[in-house]
Amino acid sequence: MACKGFSVYHAFKWNSYARRVNFSLIVGVVIVAALAFDFTNGFHDTANAMATSIATGALKPRVAVAISAVLNLVGAFLSIQVAKTISGGIVDDTKVTPVVIFAGLVGAIIWNLLTWILGLPSSSSHALFGGLIGATWIASGADAVHFGQVVQKVLIPAVASPLVAGVVAMAGTFLVYRITESARQDVVSRSFKTAQALSASLVSLAHGTNDAQKTMGVVTLTLIASGSLAAGSGPPLWVILSSGVAIAAGTYFGGWRIINTMGKRITEIETPQGFAAETSAAVTILASSHLGFALSTTHVCSGGIVGSGVGRKLAEVRWGVAGQMVIAWVLTLPAAAVVGAGAAEVAREGAFGTLSIGVFLIAIALGVFLWSRRNPVTPDTVTAAAEPIPATV
Amino acid sequence: MDINWGALGTVALIALVVVAAVTGLFALGVRGLSARVAARDSGTSGSAGLTTAVLCFAVCIAVVGYGIYLTVTA
Repeated sequence: MACKGFSVYHAFKWNSYARRVNFSLIVGVVIVAALAFDFTNGFHDTANAMATSIATGALKPRVAVAISAVLNLVGAFLSIQVAKTISGGIVDDTKVTPVVIFAGLVGAIIWNLLTWILGLPSSSSHALFGGLIGATWIASGADAVHFGQVVQKVLIPAVASPLVAGVVAMAGTFLVYRITESARQDVVSRSFKTAQALSASLVSLAHGTNDAQKTMGVVTLTLIASGSLAAGSGPPLWVILSSGVAIAAGTYFGGWRIINTMGKRITEIETPQGFAAETSAAVTILASSHLGFALSTTHVCSGGIVGSGVGRKLAEVRWGVAGQMVIAWVLTLPAAAVVGAGAAEVAREGAFGTLSIGVFLIAIALGVFLWSRRNPVTPDTVTAAAEPIPATV
Repeated sequence: MDINWGALGTVALIALVVVAAVTGLFALGVRGLSARVAARDSGTSGSAGLTTAVLCFAVCIAVVGYGIYLTVTA
């Protein structure tokens, strides 16, 4: 905490808009929690961009996460349209306090850790929204949650985006195999390795511009709410930098469990399929963010992978694994909401309550980490063959 | 409730067209490369294949570059 206070002190000197006010403890706590969420966001989502490239051998595991980390950091600086509001109108922003944000972040982090240990690619955005919805509900009542907006901005895209990416990837995969059928297969395999490395990098960049912004939005809003920044100001440099670094560090950390699921367990991927899946994901993300249609990178990328499995002749999709993923998607928002609500309830007890939540969060994180050591997935084992595809009945 | 079906349809359509174009062109480029390699193996220059490949890859890169441009300026 002392360390955080130090950097915050320096931030004042950097930012001319900053007014000199006392930093309360809770602001520091929220910033640390936001960066912790950002870190889990990074390792949870490395798989989106890199899983298929690692699975096909287009990129070596450690090289892949390094590229992805750097591009996430670059992406954090590229984005200009910084999240003006962390909630996107899903909850009433005027009723969001630093304590509510903290409780929401706790819900999101815990859900991210639990799905990671199970190797399930779930949406970090849904976890964040869920946490905030639950915490706001408890702190300010159900009226402060805009359920119409939740359906429109979260649920509809959640159903539509993987379907769109899936159908598009299916068409792309079919086209690629059809066109290169008569070509020399050594040339085909070499060319698509390069193509896949490039398309995966594009997804990483798109991810950086989207997801690092959420943390910047959280921190900036907390600073504004506490009076440290003037209303309507953008994130100071130290916020952009720390958010970018946290998500990049998380990405480099790897999230090998989820990479294994997305690269090996859904379907066996060849380089042309990976290229089609990633291109579909990148284009869908870019097209929709350009049209102001919010979606989850995780859903889009998973949909693309399933589609590329369907689009290749003789490739089989393990629908059981796909089904588990969908269950995790459906549960993400309500589960994070329940944890966020619980945290908000405890935080009502005042500073001691907030402190206990922090301790509880650290305990969970430690427990999950120790649990993960019992059955580690590392860069060296991440491409190990999955269980054989059961014969179709 | 106001579900923006128009935007959804637009995203689906744009994604389908752009992805079909990029993956299709790239695949054609690969076929060009393959034709060149095959031609060289049999002693001819294979420049037609190379030209196809270069053109296709250039268009792919242009489309991707435009995508990044849109992201940065959005």
